Amino acid sequence: MKILDVRNLEKSFGGVKAVDQISFHIEEGEVFSIIGPNGAGKTTMFNLITGLYRPDDGRIFFIDRDITKTPTYMLAHLGIARTFQNMRLFGSLTVLENVLSSLLSKRTYNLFSAVMRTKRFAVSEKAAEEKARKFIDFFGLSGKEDYTASSLSYGEQRRLELARALSTEPRLMLIDEPGAGMNPKEIADLAETIKAIRQRYSVTIAIIEHQMNLVMNISDRIMVMDFGEKIMEGTPEEVKKDKRVIEAYLGEEMD
Amino acid sequence: MDILGYVLQQGINGLQLGAVYALIALGYTMVYGVLRLINFAHGDIFMLGAFVAYFLIAKFGIPIYLVFIITMLACAIAGYLIEKIAYKPLRDAPKISLLITAVGVSLFLEYFLSLNAIFTPNYIAFPRPFDVKGYDLAVFTITNVQVLIFIITFISLFLLYLLIYRTNYGRAMRAVSHDKETAALMGIGIDGIISFTFIVGASLAGVGGILYSIAYPQINVFMGIMPGIKSFIAAVLGGIGIIHGAVIGGLIIGICEVFVSAFLSSTFRDGVIFIILFGVLLFKPSGIFGKRIEKV
Amino acid sequence: MRFFRESWIFLIVSVSIYIILKAFFAFNVISPYIQQICLYAVIVALTSLGLNVIYGYTGQFSLGHAAFYGIGAYTSAYLTKVLSIDGVIPFIPVLVFCGLVSGLVGYLIGIPILRLRDDFLAIATLGFGTLVRVFLDNSDKFAESLGGSRGFVGIPRITNLELVFFFLIFVIIITRNLIHSRYGLFWRCIKDDELAATSVGINTANMKLMAFTYGCMLAGIGGALYANLYSFLHPSNFDILRSIDFLIIVIIGGMGSIMGTIYASIIWVGFIEGLRIVLPAQVLDMRWVVIPILLIALMIWRPYGLMSKRRKV
Ligand SMILES: Nc1ncnc2c1ncn2[C@@H]1O[C@H](COP(=O)(O)OP(=O)(O)OP(=O)(O)O)[C@@H](O)[C@H]1O
Ligand SMILES: [Mg+2]
Repeated sequence: MKILDVRNLEKSFGGVKAVDQISFHIEEGEVFSIIGPNGAGKTTMFNLITGLYRPDDGRIFFIDRDITKTPTYMLAHLGIARTFQNMRLFGSLTVLENVLSSLLSKRTYNLFSAVMRTKRFAVSEKAAEEKARKFIDFFGLSGKEDYTASSLSYGEQRRLELARALSTEPRLMLIDEPGAGMNPKEIADLAETIKAIRQRYSVTIAIIEHQMNLVMNISDRIMVMDFGEKIMEGTPEEVKKDKRVIEAYLGEEMD
Repeated sequence: MDILGYVLQQGINGLQLGAVYALIALGYTMVYGVLRLINFAHGDIFMLGAFVAYFLIAKFGIPIYLVFIITMLACAIAGYLIEKIAYKPLRDAPKISLLITAVGVSLFLEYFLSLNAIFTPNYIAFPRPFDVKGYDLAVFTITNVQVLIFIITFISLFLLYLLIYRTNYGRAMRAVSHDKETAALMGIGIDGIISFTFIVGASLAGVGGILYSIAYPQINVFMGIMPGIKSFIAAVLGGIGIIHGAVIGGLIIGICEVFVSAFLSSTFRDGVIFIILFGVLLFKPSGIFGKRIEKV
Repeated sequence: MRFFRESWIFLIVSVSIYIILKAFFAFNVISPYIQQICLYAVIVALTSLGLNVIYGYTGQFSLGHAAFYGIGAYTSAYLTKVLSIDGVIPFIPVLVFCGLVSGLVGYLIGIPILRLRDDFLAIATLGFGTLVRVFLDNSDKFAESLGGSRGFVGIPRITNLELVFFFLIFVIIITRNLIHSRYGLFWRCIKDDELAATSVGINTANMKLMAFTYGCMLAGIGGALYANLYSFLHPSNFDILRSIDFLIIVIIGGMGSIMGTIYASIIWVGFIEGLRIVLPAQVLDMRWVVIPILLIALMIWRPYGLMSKRRKV
């Protein structure tokens, strides 16, 4: 089943066509990677999907539903979560609160319950906290619940952002350059984490990444972008062999 | 007088006020360009200009052209010092802290100068350097004050144009305005350009202060507040950060204000200006000449 | 009720403070003038708490808080005078109503302007404040009794210790409950990173509006209490300087700390009014020379606000 279907998407900034008539789809359950040189338009694609930018043209469907104009916060409720290329955590909030933010953003209890501290409030808060601890544990952050996000190490912050995204309990998770600034050992761990997310929570994953070994290791399919255009799409094997890709992008790294 | 003549007359009066707003708005827009800061103290520089001119004329009887030069210098120094003392230490601080500081500077200037030992909070009559004469031009009348305002504003704008588009400093300023990081990478001294911007903006506000006081010859330490806010609105209307936008915005605001006073009631003068502000912020936040800005 | 059960320690402490204050008042340990200042301090605390929710917790910089305070004050002055209310009990519904009026105005004005951020929001709220001021200055043209620039006279004096104190306690508990709930969490998320907040599913526009409306409501209640404390109102009580007063309190109180705001209000009012008692009139003018300098120094020294880390209530 197509979980995401992007049709003829287009977005320009001034004279720059950041995304130029791109169509692709993502199958439920797969790991789909987007690669391409800097400025190719990958992050812009994520921003379009999550409604942070409005496309100039084209449509986006999420499980048969047209989400081209759906506001960002609604998308989170529909089941699309994301992380950001340069991490956007709630720096002054604790690790626990960061994860709770997405868990509690669902319909849990209303204003009246909050002010009057009804039973419903207590129950929902407790349930959310228990769940949050599970996510925190899953990403190896237990013990750090009460640390502020900004006090974590870089790698921990990356994992916390994944935890926060995953705790919206999405069906599709968009991950923007999770491996940036990581050493080979951390990259290997990251690959395991991503595989584990997919298995345990049966989430479809779309990932933007420059680290080729990571991409080739985890992806089912890969889309290659350059200058806002889609160059090709295929399995890791096909991408590795494709001349255009090697020319445009992979050249040095694959040798 | 027929209605058309009346409208034209009010138009001229509006341009007179608008010219002053334009001069102040330029300072707001340029500073916003390089620092992304609403320099709340800018209206007080305008006030300072009026007071410096007052002392030069009333106490020393200095010729008018010298009054302009000395006042501009004094305002330039004030603008320079404000930036160096209050804003520079906050270069990397959150935006709001900078804004609060700007409000603080503004309050300080107003209340410090309003002390009885200094200018007092009272209105002072501004000595016009010449008598007002009207020239009847069939449909409407134009006064020598208005002629002076138009000429001086025109000269100032022309000089500003040369400064910004024909000198290296001006080019650097526009570069910083466009993209601070890249400008810094290209070897432009950001600090110098910021100082330069404050100096130019403050000088223009000083000129505005003199012209305003000649046109409306009552000065007071709080006189900068409303013209300051309105000029900022003018800058937003024209598209903040855009030089010619500030000029057009200033003229529009000036004309609107005079028209509302003439045809409606002066009570609603300030109200209408703020309604314009809300309209702009809601429907075209980037202003008349601005491009759409995306978030993220 | 859980509502009270959860805050019993706080309630016991507050009631003790109340009893002490009441004794001071009853036996005239402190002069009526100082008593009035005490009440005023509590009103300021209540109003500042509103700004704290708007700015300290949610990060929406408002330079127009005094306008909502003024709306509450004038509404209450008008109602109590027209309805000739003079007892505390009939005054309570008026207070609530004034809170609702200010809250409603905040809501309506918030829908368009809360899309703006930082400095543009500042200018828009400042603009709104100026509009309200212009309206109040000319209010006699709409209804003679509002007094316009001459001021509103003859407002019944109703505000007393019990009223301000228990309203404050009540508001503190509600605010605390809000802050320590998903709503408070969302507000703080928005303050940290609005974009990330939408991405995790928070309806940021609604949440900002909610914080703003609530904060304006508190200002409205504060204003109403204020009007019926002094029996005289003047438009200049509600200008930008008053907004800055509240702002300074929120900053000193640590931006996002309930008790911090309360302490800061008491200290601030004590400081300002204390100066009025101690210093001769000429020197008193120096106040607004010194305050901005302190403010600038504070910003340079602690750009993220005094005691900027969170503390629990
Ligand atoms: N908000 C914006 N305003 C103007 N231009 C933008 C904006 N966002 C992206 N662009 C431009 O769009 C193009 C694509 O940018 P994008 O961030 O999508 O690239 P990317 O593929 O994610 O690159 P990287 O690998 O460096 O992250 C670039 O030329 C960029 O400058
Ligand atoms: Mg990117």
